[in-house]
Amino acid sequence: MTLALRINGADREIASDPETPLIHVLRDELKLKGAKLGCGLEQCGACAVLVDGEVTLSCATPAAVFAGREITTIEALGDTPEGARVQEAFVAASAAQCGYCTPGLVVAVTALLQRDPAPSREAAMAALTPHLCRCGSHPRVLRAVEIAAGQGQGQQ
Amino acid sequence: MSLEKHPLVRDWIGVSGGRVVVHTGKVDFGQRISTALARIAAEEFALSPEDVDVAEVRTGAAPDEGMTSGSNSVVQSGNAVRLAAATARAAVLARLAAEFDVPTDDLELADGFITHRGSNRKTALTEALAGIDPALAVDPGARLRPREEVGVPVSHPPRGMRAMVEGRYTYLHDLDVEGMLHARPVHPPHIAARLRGIDAAVIEKLEAGGVRVIRDGSFLAVAAPGEWAAIQAAGRLARACDWDCGPGLPEIDVAAALRDNPVERLPVIGGLPEPDAALPPAPDAPDLEAAFTRPYQMHGALGPSAAMASWDGGKLTIHTHSQGIYPLRESICESLDLPLDAVELVHVPGSGCYGHNGADDAAFEAALVACAMPGTPVLLKWTREDEHAFEPYATAMHVHVAARLDGRGDVAAYYAEASGDTHRGRPRAGPDRAGPARLLANRLRADPLPPYRAEPNMNREGGNHRNLTPGYAFPETRLVKRLVRDLPLRTSAMRCLGAVANVFALESVMDEAAAKAGADPFGYRRRYLTDPRDLAVLDRLEARLREIPDPAEGAGRGIAMARYKNQMARVALSVDLAVNDRAEIILQHAIIVADSGRIVDPDGIAAQLEGGFVQGASWALYEAVTWDRDAITSRDWDSYPVIRFDNIPPVETVLVDQPDCPSLGVGEASPGPAVAAIANAVHAATGLRLRRMPFTPEAVMEAALQADAD
Repeated sequence: MTLALRINGADREIASDPETPLIHVLRDELKLKGAKLGCGLEQCGACAVLVDGEVTLSCATPAAVFAGREITTIEALGDTPEGARVQEAFVAASAAQCGYCTPGLVVAVTALLQRDPAPSREAAMAALTPHLCRCGSHPRVLRAVEIAAGQGQGQQ
Repeated sequence: MSLEKHPLVRDWIGVSGGRVVVHTGKVDFGQRISTALARIAAEEFALSPEDVDVAEVRTGAAPDEGMTSGSNSVVQSGNAVRLAAATARAAVLARLAAEFDVPTDDLELADGFITHRGSNRKTALTEALAGIDPALAVDPGARLRPREEVGVPVSHPPRGMRAMVEGRYTYLHDLDVEGMLHARPVHPPHIAARLRGIDAAVIEKLEAGGVRVIRDGSFLAVAAPGEWAAIQAAGRLARACDWDCGPGLPEIDVAAALRDNPVERLPVIGGLPEPDAALPPAPDAPDLEAAFTRPYQMHGALGPSAAMASWDGGKLTIHTHSQGIYPLRESICESLDLPLDAVELVHVPGSGCYGHNGADDAAFEAALVACAMPGTPVLLKWTREDEHAFEPYATAMHVHVAARLDGRGDVAAYYAEASGDTHRGRPRAGPDRAGPARLLANRLRADPLPPYRAEPNMNREGGNHRNLTPGYAFPETRLVKRLVRDLPLRTSAMRCLGAVANVFALESVMDEAAAKAGADPFGYRRRYLTDPRDLAVLDRLEARLREIPDPAEGAGRGIAMARYKNQMARVALSVDLAVNDRAEIILQHAIIVADSGRIVDPDGIAAQLEGGFVQGASWALYEAVTWDRDAITSRDWDSYPVIRFDNIPPVETVLVDQPDCPSLGVGEASPGPAVAAIANAVHAATGLRLRRMPFTPEAVMEAALQADAD
């Protein structure tokens, strides 16, 4: 039996073994390379996608688990006003260095703002704690959250 | 150095597709060097930075600038590009002046055109550049456009930023070509283990399923048509291996070994090791004495190392995120007994590296796999566990400091002895197969090479003696470096090298001496500073701190400063923090003041300073490689914790522009002061002196118990 997944608004027939972790289906079969493999252990957040609007790590859970759910990857995030606003805010704050963690963070910030349009700094810090960044762009990412939430220019 | 090797304008500046192209040997791994280089060329050509491209860094085409390391890129490549662009500008203006038969001063260069004022004659800059004499040499005295002409630099989004936020930026990990196989190495339990055998039935089964198994001695890898298939196959093969683990990894107290192992003491004078200099007498009854230690720490790239390789029977092509494609090519050629022109390396961005991580090892492993299957491109990736357990770490360090104080509490004599293993694990060719010996797989292949045996780094401000020399004018100093070898783990270059431990030690002692003297930490440092730029960053920090509230009740503020390598960017920074009931250090606020000469890319400088602060804070608070006899035990992000968003303070940066001074790199300027300022702030908050990194709750509790016992 083949697996069907709904990804970025389209129904996709999946040829991969349904036990394959979602990220490999996205990257290898569907060539959606935006989500990054950082650990395969759900410890770093680089692989985050939205599943029914919630931040979900895609590196360990079998693709079959996501049947019937709405999966949105970084590639389609800009199609929503919230996603586009978050992407603009990341550019405005130049909130990336190497950028490997960035797709996961953009996904996480979009989900945060959908849940809480005006998060406090503490709420943003808590929401992003599952996501690692090794370049130290964290202060800029937190500024991007402020910009995307319309809380001033995010300047300090 | 870059210009000496590549003296021609066309080595650095070209035209392609009607656009100006900068050529560089320095690679971009998130530190934004390509953004800075494009801006430098844009300044000299009066263009917008968006109108300048930066060429791919590929052996044979790019200038050979050695390693992208040491915060040298803006100084080396930046200087070469600026002078080459300025030479090119002067050349095209002179040629057009002759062609138009007008004085050069009547020509204007703007918006990509050279125009004769008062007539309609104009020529596109790129057209004029394309006509430059290929033999034109860079003029080291070329007139550079001064700040008044180019204007104050404003922040533009860095190159690639939009693609990054939209998930379209291509990393090495994302390469995908027709017919490509995914590969994974199967590393031993530890580097000294040897493969006794593999269950043949498992290999047979894997191969029947379309998996290739590659073995060379104890080097083992699989290749399969998909990434998940490769991951699963690697797991199955790993379980089928029988390893001889020998005596295992030495479970020794590395700090004690660094302190006690009998090795040569090299006096350091003026930043240089001087083996023949007489050592000044050891301190006799010092007024201040302490030892500062740093554990082994890892680069911990967020994306594990990767490389793509293909071998067509005559030519080996490797896509790599190495920081030094030319040195790596040499070592790979020596390892495989191939001529240099049979191997081409192309840089493709990886995840940020912060120094020499697994990139070079992965490139060589990909080459070994590719050579075993001619005609098939191979994308080899390390797992998280591979990266954590097999990257070359930053060496542990031990810095012993003693000071004699005079009647005013001033430092009359300062003694420091820095001990560590080598920071030189990069695969540079050298005697005794020094290049190949520093590639991991060569330690595992049939007829394995022994571990590389390092010599002490004798360069100015190199290795363990980087920033060992105080930037303060003390009446007497006695500085010693010691290279301690034969320690348990493989080490190499990580951001700042020895400067982290040395700045931590010096700036902690300054804080302690100031407290003993009853002086404030700013005024106390000023007693020993004469350089106006050093004083300026300190003054700016103090002025900014006067404008903000004091730390809250129970919190503390610490400061630290350093001039990286005693010759590069100057940083003074402050940290406010509190220590909570669980003895966790909670960062509250940080201010970084920096002078890196002429500012090219203000936002890029601020990003590097902030990033350096955050990484320094992570080293200070969380990070330590651990191991037992059987293996490295810090193999993931739970067993090797790093800083996360829940402990990120607001960080302010203040840049001091020096338009008439050379531009300097800042990537390594802030981490050392960050560690020291955190230690000093902990003292301000709690009265405890933390001298052993990382400052975990256990370390805080231990310091408290020690203080009670004293």
